[in-house]
Amino acid sequence: MRVGKKAILATAVAATIGLTAYGALANRPLTVVSWGGAYQDAQKKVYFEPFKATGVQLIDESWDGGVGVLRSKVQGGTDSGWDVVQVESEELELGCDEGMFLPIDWDRIGGKDRYLPAAQHECGVGTIMWNFVLAYDKDKLKEAPRGWADFFDTKKFPGKRALRQGPKSNLEIALMADGVAPADVYKVLATDEGVDRAFKKLDEIKNDIVWWKSGAQAPQLLASGEVVMTSAYNGRIDAAVRNDKRNFGIQWNGTLYTLDSWVILKTSPNVDEAYKFLEFVGRAENQAKLPVHIAYGVTNVKANEQIDPKRLVDLPTHPDNIKNGVQISDRFWIENIDRLTERFNTWAAQN
Amino acid sequence: MAGQKELLRDLKRAERRRRLMALALIAPLFLFLLISFVLPIGDMLRRSLVDSELSEVWPRTAALTKVWVWDRAQDPTPEMYRALGQDIKESARERTIAVAARRLNYALENGRSLVMNTGRELRRDAADPPDWRARLIEIDPAWGERKTWIAIGQAAGPLTDFYLLTALDLERNEKNKIVSRPPERSLYVNVLGRTLLISVSVTLLTLVLGFPVAYLVANAPKRIAGLLMILVLLPFWTSLLVRSAAWIVLLQDQGLVNDALQAVGLTSAPIRLIFNRTGVIVAMTHVLLPFMILPMMATMKAIPPTYMRAALSLGAHPAIAFFRVYLPQTLPGVAAGVLLVFIMALGYYVTPALVGGAEDQMLAYFIAFYTTSSANWGLAAALGVMLLTATAILYLVYARLVGMGQVKLG
Repeated sequence: MRVGKKAILATAVAATIGLTAYGALANRPLTVVSWGGAYQDAQKKVYFEPFKATGVQLIDESWDGGVGVLRSKVQGGTDSGWDVVQVESEELELGCDEGMFLPIDWDRIGGKDRYLPAAQHECGVGTIMWNFVLAYDKDKLKEAPRGWADFFDTKKFPGKRALRQGPKSNLEIALMADGVAPADVYKVLATDEGVDRAFKKLDEIKNDIVWWKSGAQAPQLLASGEVVMTSAYNGRIDAAVRNDKRNFGIQWNGTLYTLDSWVILKTSPNVDEAYKFLEFVGRAENQAKLPVHIAYGVTNVKANEQIDPKRLVDLPTHPDNIKNGVQISDRFWIENIDRLTERFNTWAAQN
Repeated sequence: MAGQKELLRDLKRAERRRRLMALALIAPLFLFLLISFVLPIGDMLRRSLVDSELSEVWPRTAALTKVWVWDRAQDPTPEMYRALGQDIKESARERTIAVAARRLNYALENGRSLVMNTGRELRRDAADPPDWRARLIEIDPAWGERKTWIAIGQAAGPLTDFYLLTALDLERNEKNKIVSRPPERSLYVNVLGRTLLISVSVTLLTLVLGFPVAYLVANAPKRIAGLLMILVLLPFWTSLLVRSAAWIVLLQDQGLVNDALQAVGLTSAPIRLIFNRTGVIVAMTHVLLPFMILPMMATMKAIPPTYMRAALSLGAHPAIAFFRVYLPQTLPGVAAGVLLVFIMALGYYVTPALVGGAEDQMLAYFIAFYTTSSANWGLAAALGVMLLTATAILYLVYARLVGMGQVKLG
């Protein structure tokens, strides 16, 4: 019995060591990490499966975001099992400053000009564009609101409105409603007077605002009749219209947009495969297939030509939709989020 | 004699074995408590006081400014500028500069871009400049300002009162005096006040609503009591999220309650019942009600009905009999329920986030915000300390008033 136990133990130890060594030495397949859910299902269909057909091994995982997760993945400088990760713009900015990602070699993924200017970053290449838009209930409003100024006009458009809880997105919206041109929003917001002006504008409709906290709440508030218009993520409204047959409208004038990007972790042992993957998913013909499934814009400048024009009008990257939009400034929000969150909550508590 | 000695030794050995056995049995629980309770709280207390980020990344600057900032009578010395310049340059090359940038940003407006931009510039410089002060001020004039240096000095560690002061809406001014923060950023005392107010309201409401229910369940015939028990416990088996969301459906403008009120003719327009303080208190009262009912019920079940009967047969008015004979006997259960509900309510997060407005968020919301969204763990810890201290003080006052021997949880 004794010998038997020892033998089992020895085999187990040997097997563990063997496997660990194999894991460290062997080329593990390229690991791509994205947001999961319906979005990653769509990515599987249009990106991951066709890419595997080209002969490169790939496995995909999902995560929930957070720069702390990335920090722990690159800590110590050894491979942690992830190669390519889809990140939000704030994570891109923070992680780039902390040196977590490889600087992008644009020649290996088709050149810089292949992508929208907003998709070009030192440490990442943009892959989808998504937006805060003004969404409204077509059944409740006889006339479509033409922009954020109408959102603040409670005489012409009576009824409650919903906004995202917190300062982010709302200060920009308030300034645009107050007549600031989209291109100047962050210039004005960088001054104390600009912040005062935004809060003063929000004062006008303070008692008519319902605050939403998660993206799913915005279409719910519209659907239940609690509010007549709201700021919302365009993908959520599009899904409510297409899947639940809701009669919601989107006003793109003054939309706030942001991009998610692909990054390569600096600890990746599969850099060549990673670039092959990024080159593949950056091709116009591949990107053009994504919006069929989900209403995000794609970043190859030639992709729009290959998208069904009927679908293109729903996308953030349609020329008419992006025309009067502003890109959310991550530098501004990383620097000011604590301060302005305090200010926002103090403001909310005043009567 | 020898036999007795051996016997004694055996006895001792057996005793020791039994003690070790007992220790081994409670060891898992002890370890669990240590890892999941004592260590995190200790770490939280530490994080609210320790300030080592800047000194780890910029050691030379931290050492010099720490001394300078004590009297801060003179201007920053050339050595300080040189140390700062070299520290920024090195940390930019090693990509650790973001840590210092984040820490300075807490105390200094535009602190992050100041540090990051300077790092980007200095990283490109091949040789050291002859005059560090001139070079730094050339990149950004803010490096010549006293308030920048005071911010560095106050962040130089190893300990700080910065986070705890912030949690109390206080800050140190340029003369090192403790003053209030500007009114548009004085938030947390107000938030603590509203957290306490909501918790007290919810506790009183659950007490008023729960007492008759507990009485009913405790005194009903067995079969009916079982059914009532299930009704009381039903909310326990439903997810907190679902319960909170259900209240949105009931209380919204087009919801059941408002429709009913309008149908009866009590109001002509919908009353605002959700996404404000009313919604928070209604939903939290519902969620916490079982925690009030259960200990009260347990106590009431143990009260012999003969006492009341005796009081009544001796001629006491039913109301007097209730207040002087019955009520005092329920106090241990009431005290336990009040304590349980109040302390649970203090830490509530999900329910106010779902059914409250922007002005109804409690302290836990801000702790979560600083932990997950903005990674300002020092301030998150300080707010945690504030909540813990307030809870401890209230607990002690309560213990004096009620007497902890009185509390019976089951």
